[in-house]
Amino acid sequence: MELTAATTIRKPPSEVYRFWRSWENLPTFMAHLEEVRTTGDRTSHWVAGAPFGKDVEWDAEIVDEAPGEKIAWRSTSDADVPNAGTVRFVPAPDGVSTEVQVVLTYDIPGGAVGKAVAKYFGEEPHQQLDDDLRRLKQVLETGEVVRSDGAPWGKRARKEFPQRPAQPLSDSELAKGADQ
Amino acid sequence: MRANTWAGRNKVEVRDVPDPKILNKRDAIVRITSTAICGSDLHLVDGYVPTMQNGDVMGHEFMGEVVEVGSGVPGDKLRVGDRVVVPFPIACGACAACAAELYSCCENSNPNAGIAEKMFGHPVAGIFGYSHLTGGFAGGQAQYARVPFADVGPLKIESDLTDEQVLFLSDILPTGYMGAEMCDIQPSDVVAVWGAGPVGQFAMDSARVLGAAKVIAIDKEPYRLQMAERAGHTPVNFEEVDVRSRLLELTGGRGPDKCIDAVGMEASHGAAHIHAYDRIKQAVRSETERPHALRQAIMSCRSGGVVSVIGVYGGFLDKFPAGAWMNRSLTLRTGQCHVQRYMRPLLQRIESGEIDPTRIITHTLPLDEAERGFEIFKNKQDNCEKVVLKP
Ligand SMILES: NC(=O)c1ccc[n+]([C@@H]2O[C@H](COP(=O)([O-])OP(=O)(O)OC[C@H]3O[C@@H](n4cnc5c(N)ncnc54)[C@H](O)[C@@H]3O)[C@@H](O)[C@H]2O)c1
Ligand SMILES: [Zn+2]
Ligand SMILES: [Zn+2]
Repeated sequence: MELTAATTIRKPPSEVYRFWRSWENLPTFMAHLEEVRTTGDRTSHWVAGAPFGKDVEWDAEIVDEAPGEKIAWRSTSDADVPNAGTVRFVPAPDGVSTEVQVVLTYDIPGGAVGKAVAKYFGEEPHQQLDDDLRRLKQVLETGEVVRSDGAPWGKRARKEFPQRPAQPLSDSELAKGADQ
Repeated sequence: MRANTWAGRNKVEVRDVPDPKILNKRDAIVRITSTAICGSDLHLVDGYVPTMQNGDVMGHEFMGEVVEVGSGVPGDKLRVGDRVVVPFPIACGACAACAAELYSCCENSNPNAGIAEKMFGHPVAGIFGYSHLTGGFAGGQAQYARVPFADVGPLKIESDLTDEQVLFLSDILPTGYMGAEMCDIQPSDVVAVWGAGPVGQFAMDSARVLGAAKVIAIDKEPYRLQMAERAGHTPVNFEEVDVRSRLLELTGGRGPDKCIDAVGMEASHGAAHIHAYDRIKQAVRSETERPHALRQAIMSCRSGGVVSVIGVYGGFLDKFPAGAWMNRSLTLRTGQCHVQRYMRPLLQRIESGEIDPTRIITHTLPLDEAERGFEIFKNKQDNCEKVVLKP
């Protein structure tokens, strides 16, 4: 499965590139990731979050990189869900913004993991990546993923409709956090 | 706290709900001292805006006192104790739309942008108390509200103007003003305004302030037309006369140079059969609008004129007079108001006495009587023009 999406962020390419290249930042806006750790110059370790099912982890390595312009990576040989990605940081015509162009490919396996992944992407797989990029834009332009009473859980606000009502959360709801 | 909530079609209910809390660093919590009911709220209550849910706190016109600020709100921007008017579109101040002062199109303030995008082609900003399509934010017909991006939107009121003088900076005064501003008014212009509701009244006053030669008010409610007349505008009752002919009479056969639609999707029509056509299509959901005012504005406007639309539309409409629009070189301009753009300059016009926003207030009720407020405002009872609620 190949997904593509793009967004324009009002920050220079160097800054957007730096943010993405610090792999640790990816889970702040990508809903299916729990944790990404830098393990070497070109290598990293990725832990998927609940949407991908439990205990899905893999190593990845950078296969091509041009600082400030492009990063391409792919999972190493024994990944449960073999995947690869390329992100390009292209100066926008306005002279201040960056066009972020992302291509992700997933090799969806059989079995429970494959089912969970397929379910996560649903009928409109690109929608998830679009939402990830919207959150990336929010984080870089405003500092955080924006929350509302109807969708209070930031990147965990997976359920679209019906949402909880647009009414302040009770203390216990806040303490309990998002349904996984 | 107490809050007025949407309780299904044609039903609002004041209920106890939890107090709002800071969810993002740039939030503030405001204790509301005055809040209002808007024509836009009627579209929600009448069931014409999708994605409302039972329990949604309504209201997008409010002001009050800051009682808490998040760690991301700089002290030179906003502090506890500040008295503020809150603009209805939620805007981040940092995206390309905000940089272009298109605040109601902010690219970052709507957590449900994906849904709005499906409906509108591109997403729109978050709005307080205005459906989940615009973010699912609790509104301001309540004792307290959480205000995101509090370092960008709220306007501090540092003079001793009353709530009633500044409350409408939250929406309808800037909206009416933007409606007139989009007309690019010249001193020789006759400006016709469809709708003598609160938004229409402020569009008329703004057209006057921007130098129009004559301002015409079109509605069917005699008391609303009288209110416009008292403010110096020329009334036309669309139930009594044929609007297009009357407008030709009033403009030496030219038609108004600029036309403002301050009615929106729930217009009624003097001719019952035409009203029925759109009403039925709306009821079976094959059309989302009853665009009589918009059609009439386009047909009436002089060639080369501007039709400025501030009445709200939500979906798709039928029988759009594309021929008149295209062949007669009309310009169509519109938008949810970019309130943040207008608050400061309009505050100055209020301070200088050029505009008196209090002239439209007919009712002031306790928040607990919101239900009655909606009823009289919607049904035009008791000469109701604008209801202010006190939490
Ligand atoms: N663009 C924005 O940012 C913005 C902001 C606030 C309100 N609005 C919209 O502005 C519109 C007016 O708001 P309001 O608070 O004044 O509402 P309102 O319901 O009080 O006023 C609407 C008026 O239009 C009149 N009307 C109905 N059909 C008509 C017709 N065919 N011709 C002329 N007049 C007609 C009604 O009698 C009524 O007096 C609503 O659609 C509201 O949603 C837009
Ligand atoms: Zn309003
Ligand atoms: Zn913005």
